[in-house]
Amino acid sequence: MSSVLGVPLPALLAQLLLGLVNGSFYALLSLGLAVIFGLLNVINFSHGALYMMGAMTAWMGAQYLGLGYWPMLVLAPLAIGALGVLFERLLLRRLYGLDHLYGLLLTFGATLLIEGLFRSFFGASGQPYPVPELLRGSANLGFMVLPIYRAWVVVVSLLICAATWFVIERTPLGARLRAGTENPALTKAFGVNVPRLITLTYGFGVALAALAGVLAAPILQVQPLMGSNLIIVVFAVVVIGGMGSIAGAILTGLALGVVEGLTRVFYPPGSSTVVFVVMALVLLLRPAGLFGRQT
Amino acid sequence: MSRSRTPGVSGTSPWLAAAAALLALLAGPGQAQKLSDGAIRIGFITDMSSVYSDLDGSAGGIAIQMAIDDFKAKNPGLAIELMTADHQNKADIASSKAREWFDQKGLDLLIGGTNSGASLAMKTVAAEKKKPFISIGAGTSKLTNEECTPYTVHYAYDTIALANVTGGAVVRAGGKSWYFLTADYAFGQSLEKDTSAVVSANGGKVLGAVRHPLNASDFSSFMLQAQASGAQILGLANAGGDTINAIKAANEFGVAGSMKLVGLLMFNTDVHSLGLELTKGMYMTDGWTWNQSEESRAWSKRFFDKVKRMPSMVQAGDYSATLQYLQAVKAAGTDDGDAVMAQLKKTRINDMFAKDAYIRQDGRMIHDMRLVQVKTPAESQAEWDLVKLVEIVPGEKAYQSLADSKCPFIRK
Repeated sequence: MSSVLGVPLPALLAQLLLGLVNGSFYALLSLGLAVIFGLLNVINFSHGALYMMGAMTAWMGAQYLGLGYWPMLVLAPLAIGALGVLFERLLLRRLYGLDHLYGLLLTFGATLLIEGLFRSFFGASGQPYPVPELLRGSANLGFMVLPIYRAWVVVVSLLICAATWFVIERTPLGARLRAGTENPALTKAFGVNVPRLITLTYGFGVALAALAGVLAAPILQVQPLMGSNLIIVVFAVVVIGGMGSIAGAILTGLALGVVEGLTRVFYPPGSSTVVFVVMALVLLLRPAGLFGRQT
Repeated sequence: MSRSRTPGVSGTSPWLAAAAALLALLAGPGQAQKLSDGAIRIGFITDMSSVYSDLDGSAGGIAIQMAIDDFKAKNPGLAIELMTADHQNKADIASSKAREWFDQKGLDLLIGGTNSGASLAMKTVAAEKKKPFISIGAGTSKLTNEECTPYTVHYAYDTIALANVTGGAVVRAGGKSWYFLTADYAFGQSLEKDTSAVVSANGGKVLGAVRHPLNASDFSSFMLQAQASGAQILGLANAGGDTINAIKAANEFGVAGSMKLVGLLMFNTDVHSLGLELTKGMYMTDGWTWNQSEESRAWSKRFFDKVKRMPSMVQAGDYSATLQYLQAVKAAGTDDGDAVMAQLKKTRINDMFAKDAYIRQDGRMIHDMRLVQVKTPAESQAEWDLVKLVEIVPGEKAYQSLADSKCPFIRK
């Protein structure tokens, strides 16, 4: 059987595919971050906590309301998105005129608060969430056994990412959004309600995080700290892709998932650091990120 | 560090007790027959906010307070104080907090919760101050081997006992070829090493291992590597959230069907959190199970009423160790570190945690360990009815023998 650097080809293919699965999570989360940063100029540190809330909401729906995976896939992002809108209206909005750091501190504080609350109510070791009936089982691809649920995650994330990119870059609505960021005063003069646009954008970014959380619930243990492990990697993804670049966030997310997957084969202990090594290299060579505009 | 660590000391068993008594006399004025500054001060430092906080955490502090209250009920008039702190799984926070308490608050006993790194750091501070240090939640067997001190007691379990009980049982039941999934830090590595030794000694063989970083949320690619090894047994040399996510991934990728999963360190809180569907049939080592006896059930019910969760073996150990310490202080008539250690090491332990158990000269608490198997959902009668007893392994067989100990100050 053919092999690459001592690793059999089928095993390598399998790891590439798994990398793509993880990459699609990174893409979905970094997309939300990039949308928020690109249009609001806010570094949303609470993204990980919102992702966790998405997963927890899915679990709570099943536990307390008897609502399964499918309704929660829609309801959880809506509910968390609505919370995001409230958060933006009441708190975040007041910081737009100030330095980036204030937004970062506010969202970081919110993260600590949210995670602490969930931990004190639900404990740290988390709750089990079953894979939905329809997506159970696995497909034998010849070189590996791929659980159907993981394939579903890739498909959903890619669709959402592509749709978001299309809306922002190719539709009149997206054009207004971009205009609103570029020059709020002028856009207002054209009769566009810029503050509402910004509020909805933040709500959308938050909903994306919650959606990723619901998607992750059957794969990972649903627990209050699940977001804090992920958020740092996702920030690295956004930095590598170029802060605020939508396409950059998506492509970098997928690519880094694959890089991480390969590291797990060739040097497993390095798999948690490889993303940051890449980040350091990119920042040295292209400080604005791979897809960022030099300013 | 301390004079009794000098290697090459020889003599007979009473020698140690005599030496300890002598040290107590030499320790300076103020220690005789009374409490230092009029109160017994107990400090408890553990992970209260992160991955290990369910199996110990602030509920461990509640267990300690229960022991204090029970002791006070029989001995009114004694002033006993409890201080608690969260080390956030950082060894430097643990040791600096311990030092602060010893230096400024007059701490008499330090209880170390979860995390081996934090416990290894705290035992050094306690030995320097000549005060007892009881480690309960930490796993590493180094605490009573290379890193032993005359002031350390290691109470509930250690990696060698886990390897001997679970590892030994699985190999004897026919699980001859092993592959390890190991958390890449001190605890995981010593668990893998100790278990590999047991597997080989029982005629099995280790086909390989993959080391994952701590908190590696995604285990899918490690599962593929494990599956490719062709081993019968997948040994999980990790703990807490890592074990939980590894078991989920193993079920998802069908590894749980082709290999047998063995969680080398699992707590009832992990099983409760994962659910029986994913964990049924798994073997694990327990130092104590909440429903092992009438006495333990009664205590667990009191704990449950306060915390709304059943206690883990670590939380039960918190209670038992505190009670043993307080009784030793009473018997010795002083809270002087050396005198209390001598008293602890000569007293048999009989309480809701252990029967006829004892603290060996190297600080290892020797008590029966239990090989248990996770019940199927059909077998489970109640929410916390999670495991059934397979075998009780006597303490002398479960723990490392004194002859194999690498502790420098003990007399062989």
